[in-house]
Amino acid sequence: MKNKTEQIIILLHEEDNTITALSDLSPGQEIEIDADETDESVVVQQDIPYAHKFARVSIPEGADVKKYGEVIGIATAAIGPGEHVHVHNVEGKRAQGGTS
Amino acid sequence: MNFSDITFMGYRRPDGQFGVRNYLGVLSTVTCANQAAEDIAKHIDGTAVFTHQQGCGLLRSDLDIVERTLINLGRNPNLGAVLVVSLGCEGVDAERIAAKIAETGKPVEMVKIQQEGGYFAALSEAGLKAQKLAADISHFQREPVDIRHLRLGIKCGASDPTSGLSSNPAVGKAVDRLIEAGGSAVFGETTEVIGAEHILAQRCIEKAVADKLLAAVDSLETRVLQCGGDMRGGNPSGGNIAAGLTTIEEKSLGAIVKTGTTPILDVFQYGECPPMEKGLYFVDSPGREPEILAALAAAGCQIILFSTGIGAPQGFPFVPVVKLSGNRNTVERLVDFIDLDVSQVLLQGETLDAAGDRVLEFPIQVASGSKTKAETIGYSGSTAIYQAGPIV
Repeated sequence: MKNKTEQIIILLHEEDNTITALSDLSPGQEIEIDADETDESVVVQQDIPYAHKFARVSIPEGADVKKYGEVIGIATAAIGPGEHVHVHNVEGKRAQGGTS
Repeated sequence: MNFSDITFMGYRRPDGQFGVRNYLGVLSTVTCANQAAEDIAKHIDGTAVFTHQQGCGLLRSDLDIVERTLINLGRNPNLGAVLVVSLGCEGVDAERIAAKIAETGKPVEMVKIQQEGGYFAALSEAGLKAQKLAADISHFQREPVDIRHLRLGIKCGASDPTSGLSSNPAVGKAVDRLIEAGGSAVFGETTEVIGAEHILAQRCIEKAVADKLLAAVDSLETRVLQCGGDMRGGNPSGGNIAAGLTTIEEKSLGAIVKTGTTPILDVFQYGECPPMEKGLYFVDSPGREPEILAALAAAGCQIILFSTGIGAPQGFPFVPVVKLSGNRNTVERLVDFIDLDVSQVLLQGETLDAAGDRVLEFPIQVASGSKTKAETIGYSGSTAIYQAGPIV
């Protein structure tokens, strides 16, 4: 990531399908992602509080949710690009006994 | 920055360790002795009291945990002397605890409330003993100590997503620097290894160590599933979730970066003390503050580095706990909890190398006598020892 005076998001790993907000983000905000020198961008769809995650791309129901280049859980519903990624649409695979 | 030539001002102990504080430790052996231990400590300047809810009515395996934890707490070099306060009929062996602490060469005394003839008699006898011990150790002077004698405990708590992005990686850099300079570090929080154990297992020095680490995680996860099968809400906590952490895997992946990059040399049970040699060690402990802080103190840590996102307050009676946060809101709002601000990593592009240097420089100052915020307000009363089985 570039060292800017105030970063507003961070993509932790190129394989991630989530992005972490570093400030409160609002619907309609277009976010540029400095991955692989491409012109990738995503439009925020919902209020994303500071430090929460939103989807970088479409994440189908049942797909792995990734951050740090690692699997942090599984999508329990389809998640569109720019949508909030959290406990309402992600469940851990561990220590949850397969229950919701 | 290379810290190899750095020294701190510490207290030499007879067993060759060095303390960063010089307290008379007042250790209660059992919950029924807590009141007397606390009341004795109130009367004597320079004491640090440790109480807990265990010591009796436990399975033998849990009594063993309590005994070895109390022994190794008493052996921590931040204590110049120890007074053991026993009820008399408890399940743990108070004589053995006192004797094992005394093996370090530090002065140790014991009172048994039932043998003394009750509360007032015990208070009188213990008070006189404590007064003498406190006076005796008050003569000790600090001297320059090589950094290789410094052992840091590392812990994160009241985490939010900034923990995994700034404060924990900065702590990881500091841990790498300390070990490069010859020091040692201990971490635990088995719960927050769940989902990240494949990464830590690869860092274990040999397969046998990796197997012990994986067995500790597996044992905990199995018990979670046996007890109802959903840890979420307990860990990640409601506060973690509100702050943006979604699953235990996400929390764990952010938590383990505080351990740096050096090999994990060995895995120890709760209450054990790893050898006082250079490197990184794991102690099997839950992540909840009272239990892990006691485990890290028992593991010989003179200082604990505590990374927090939301803002945790806890200290420990005789081991300074340094709080750092990468969440600027927390740093600005909770000024009486947070010692060190590393929010510059996320917001201003401070390199982790630079932040890591700051994160190690701070506890070195604390080692020489600077007080942490938790020490200045005495926020250290919530202490506990882990138990695995039922109360019987």
